[in-house]
Amino acid sequence: MAQAIASTEQYNYDIVRRFSIMTLVWAVVGMSAGLYAALELAFPHLNMGIAQITFGRIRPVHTTLVIFGFGGNALFATSYYVVQRTCQTRLWGSALANFTFWGWQAILLLGALSYMWGYSQGREYAEFPWPIDIMIAVVWVAYLLIYVQTLRRRSQPHIYVANWFYLAFILATALLHIFNNLAVPVAMFNMNSYSAFSGVQDAMTQWWYGHNAVGFFLTAAFLGMMYYFVPKQAGRPVYSYRLSIIHFWALIFLYMWAGAHHLHWTALPDWTSTLAATFSIMLLLPSWGGMINGIMTLSGAWEKLRTDPIMLFLITALSFYGMSTFEGPLMALKSVNALSHYTDWTIGHVHSGALGWVAMVTFGSMYHLIPRLYDTKIHSTKLIYVHFWLASIGIVLYITSMWVAGIGQGLLLRAFDDYGNLAYSFIETVTFLHQPYVWRAIGGMFFLSGVLIMVYNMVRTILAGKREAAELEARIAAKMARA
Amino acid sequence: MKFKHESIEINAGLLIILTLVVISIGGLVEIVPLFFINNTVEQVKTADGHDAIRPYTPLELRGRDIYIREGCYLCHSQMIRPFRDEMLRYGHYSLAAESQYDHPFQWGSKRTGPDLARVGGKYSNAWHVAHLTDPRSVVPESIMPIYPWLKKTPLEYSDIRDRMRALRAVGVPYSETDAEYKANVKRFGKKVAEELNILDAEKNLVGQAEAGDYDGDPKHLTEMDALVAYLQMLGTMVDFHQYDEGYFAKFR
Repeated sequence: MAQAIASTEQYNYDIVRRFSIMTLVWAVVGMSAGLYAALELAFPHLNMGIAQITFGRIRPVHTTLVIFGFGGNALFATSYYVVQRTCQTRLWGSALANFTFWGWQAILLLGALSYMWGYSQGREYAEFPWPIDIMIAVVWVAYLLIYVQTLRRRSQPHIYVANWFYLAFILATALLHIFNNLAVPVAMFNMNSYSAFSGVQDAMTQWWYGHNAVGFFLTAAFLGMMYYFVPKQAGRPVYSYRLSIIHFWALIFLYMWAGAHHLHWTALPDWTSTLAATFSIMLLLPSWGGMINGIMTLSGAWEKLRTDPIMLFLITALSFYGMSTFEGPLMALKSVNALSHYTDWTIGHVHSGALGWVAMVTFGSMYHLIPRLYDTKIHSTKLIYVHFWLASIGIVLYITSMWVAGIGQGLLLRAFDDYGNLAYSFIETVTFLHQPYVWRAIGGMFFLSGVLIMVYNMVRTILAGKREAAELEARIAAKMARA
Repeated sequence: MKFKHESIEINAGLLIILTLVVISIGGLVEIVPLFFINNTVEQVKTADGHDAIRPYTPLELRGRDIYIREGCYLCHSQMIRPFRDEMLRYGHYSLAAESQYDHPFQWGSKRTGPDLARVGGKYSNAWHVAHLTDPRSVVPESIMPIYPWLKKTPLEYSDIRDRMRALRAVGVPYSETDAEYKANVKRFGKKVAEELNILDAEKNLVGQAEAGDYDGDPKHLTEMDALVAYLQMLGTMVDFHQYDEGYFAKFR
């Protein structure tokens, strides 16, 4: 027990535990919403004429809860853990850290409910109504403060590379969130607002935000996670220190230029989208720099892929990261984008990143982290393997069906007959989408069932951890009583 | 003195400042010029010299609010690209000017359904009402959700003035003072200028709904009236016959 007390005092694990548990909760809720939305597209009767669950309202619930719920809680949990471990100091501001926890959960819950009840800013991935936007800004400033103050309390001079990425993610998210959500409320007690910018400028601002929500929230931050958990799980140092420096600065610089590739061939001026396409291609290099640095960390210990399912998650995540950051620049080419844009290819691309990279690296990190937080062993290693294969099959089904849907529909829409007329009406291409949509939903079911197995495994692990701690305490108490 | 990266790695303040500098550049270069380069948004005038693109009428504005509330933009784009197939399917490619009063823009990112940038006037009001109430009644293969509540829900417009004032604050030329009204008469013509008057908002809204009879039920002012009024206006403001083929290409 003496040891247990020391570890709680040295590090604030309590806050990490809470965020970790909510990571699992939001994963289940957010992915279930996604699965339902996918089923609605395959079987539209599932909309049932109930306003709150129609596709247009449930889709932002899905994106918000998986990005900011599952992803966000995972980032809070791991960043609070990593900053303490790598700085060898306790997290600054326990009460404020609790505030970020409750604040963030309230934001997620209120956000999802407001979309369902018809309050949305109508900006993708930034649908939160303005009062919630203000809550986000407040929580985020608290997060930044905690993070920086903890860094300043570090007991060794050097700031470890994972923290650079987490810090860049916190700073960039603040910048993006504030500028993209500038708006004038309709009235003081009215949830609606109108954005400060309009048309072209608004589109550019929104996709500067949208792309960098991917670049920083879903990439830089998860690279931070990778830079701690991959070396730790492999038991080896990061492959190249020099590479981590170069790809860090290049990544955060180049990402911010790439947003306009979401607006190719639109009314956005050509110079802007050409510039974005150019930077998107350059972005391949730092992205692969990160992937190589992560995967090569395992060099000399490749046998771990056979023996350690957590390593399997982490390395597969990096492989998907490499694949989707190759696909991204490809889709940012104007000629490819002409076909891919507005189709399900985009949706498939997002999910190869979100499921393959973000979710897989999170699963791996959580399997490493949660047993340590409860000072115990994982309940079942076999179930980690089961989860891994369910997730992998799910992703493959998802992205291949979306390739078929996207490329297929893109080709049908631009097909002409011998007389130069359109060969297919729009609705004919929708009919074509039905089968891929069914397969996509099946892929989602595989992925979600893997998550449910993880939740079961974690619950058993946590309960065992608590039981062991209680037994230990009882034994010590008995010993003390005898003495 | 030789620079060492280590000096950044041991100084949190320096790391923060340099990161902020590095992440700010891309956005500054790509966003800020769009507010200052005149060619970004085209000049589109009518034959009598007025602005062809006008802000939304109160009824259309409420329709647009409902469009956003239901998340229509998640499946329908409002941005026609300059391709042959899109021109044949949807019409002339979209101009930047056509969304200049859109707070926020509704260009969309995915077409699970067709583009709506020029859907205005393409179908009858009755078709829209039937389609929104039950899409499969007119397009059997459609996968669009049904929206039966639009026709049943009375249109809420008690805050219409506040909405127009908020839009005025972000630069939409709705008029509140006499001077602003006169400026609008000059810019858009008298008929349009009257529609943009904030103090006449309720009267104009009800007037347009009664005259247009969008939902086929003149007795009740419903959300369907507003949404159909909005859809029927989309993409109808520019008369492309007035312009040379190459005129709009100059702005791109």
